[in-house]
Amino acid sequence: MLSRIRAFFETRHVLEVETPLLSHASGTDPQLAFFTSNYNTPPKTQTLFLQTSPEFAMKRLLASGSGSIYQICKAFRNGEAGRFHNPEFTILEWYRVGFDLNTLMDEVEALFNDLFEGQLEASQRIAYSSIFEHYTGLNALTFSHQAYSEFAKRENLHDAISLCGENHALWLDFLFSFCVQPHLGKNALCLIYGYPACQSSLARLNTDNPLLTDRVEVFINGVELGNGFYELTHSLEQNTRFEAEIATRKHENLPTATKDTRLLDALEAGLPDCAGIAIGLDRVLMILKKSTSISEVLSFDIARA
Amino acid sequence: MAVYSTNEFRSGLKIMLDNDPCAIIENEFVKPGKGQAFNRVKIRNLKTARVIERTFKSGDTLEGADVVDMEMQYLYNDGEYRHFMNQESFEQYQANAKTVGDAALWLKDQDMCTVTLWNDAPLAVTPSNFVELEIVETDPGVRGDTSGGGGKPAKLSTGAVVRVPLFVQQGEIIKVDTRTAEYISRVKE
Repeated sequence: MLSRIRAFFETRHVLEVETPLLSHASGTDPQLAFFTSNYNTPPKTQTLFLQTSPEFAMKRLLASGSGSIYQICKAFRNGEAGRFHNPEFTILEWYRVGFDLNTLMDEVEALFNDLFEGQLEASQRIAYSSIFEHYTGLNALTFSHQAYSEFAKRENLHDAISLCGENHALWLDFLFSFCVQPHLGKNALCLIYGYPACQSSLARLNTDNPLLTDRVEVFINGVELGNGFYELTHSLEQNTRFEAEIATRKHENLPTATKDTRLLDALEAGLPDCAGIAIGLDRVLMILKKSTSISEVLSFDIARA
Repeated sequence: MAVYSTNEFRSGLKIMLDNDPCAIIENEFVKPGKGQAFNRVKIRNLKTARVIERTFKSGDTLEGADVVDMEMQYLYNDGEYRHFMNQESFEQYQANAKTVGDAALWLKDQDMCTVTLWNDAPLAVTPSNFVELEIVETDPGVRGDTSGGGGKPAKLSTGAVVRVPLFVQQGEIIKVDTRTAEYISRVKE
């Protein structure tokens, strides 16, 4: 699988890069817990973070003029272990200068066709709001506590009401995870695009509809394989989102994250127009090998590491 | 009592949910890459034996339940309560018909069984997987019949009724699988 991926990018003239796993700053996403380690340089000790993804370092390369790049590396997310999760996992991440979300989706399709050698059915591209409405009958973009609660009651998901309350993003996570995602991509690649703006992360807002964001997720057989963006290049907007996420972390008593000012500087210097995506390779291997648990495709999972 | 977070929910862990003691059957970690992590948990209510599914935010906690399984000897039935004894501490426990439930069909005096204690009071009784009981009532067998064929009902000393092969006679002792209520074999004394 790895050699196929490398050959795929070589023919497309995308440069393979390597960036540090340890960094002075971390992602601020309140949903991602990081690992920390101590760097001893007596008399000082500095806290370094293991990356949750190579995104920031790769964007700094892009801003310094690297052109299109890809990387296969380890990423670390604390506390994530399960049938589809291991706290240390392998990511394929790539950025294409001059691409937008559509051309990026074309390339994702081409890569998967290459990896699966025609074992998959024709791939699908569906907008988030239409797939959400298809399976729930609800409007994903406008929140109605009443409508959402009634749906949860009908589906025997009473827990949703107390867990999610008035939090629209949380409702979307809950309903998408349990009512939509399991149906996506029956033996086919399924690309879901146009996420609601409250789930934008590092994506651009859509120019035609500010309620939407230019973000894409990749699914096969109900398994989430990756997440891509038409990248946010505006450093002020990025700073605002960092600040908001740091505030959320504080509010929820999560470990404090250090904002990556080097990334902000890089964005300030100018990130070229680009689109990028990260794919969880362990899960791709799971689907290729028809495995039911991620531990089957790892040499040693976290319990045995 | 200890408090357990969703990360510690393992099959068999006993926790309190809605004031009832429950056992975790299955715990699935569900997390969208850029969203809230959840745990979808299958739970058996130990009082009612009903299985329910609940969803928690990852990191949520539940209080542990003081539930233990203990090997005990069944002593006797006083009409209202059945009495059991822990053979190491010689401590005795009594359980009413509701608690004993269907296990009553397989309990013979002096037999060993598993008593589930919650806060040191019997919550459920599980008989051994195999018990040996006497047939107190069954139709006479037909000479020359072999173990094949339909079989006939036989009433055992505890009141349970199981299907046995035609050649098995009243007064004989048979071995029964309590999980399926099926006849296994005759037992030679």
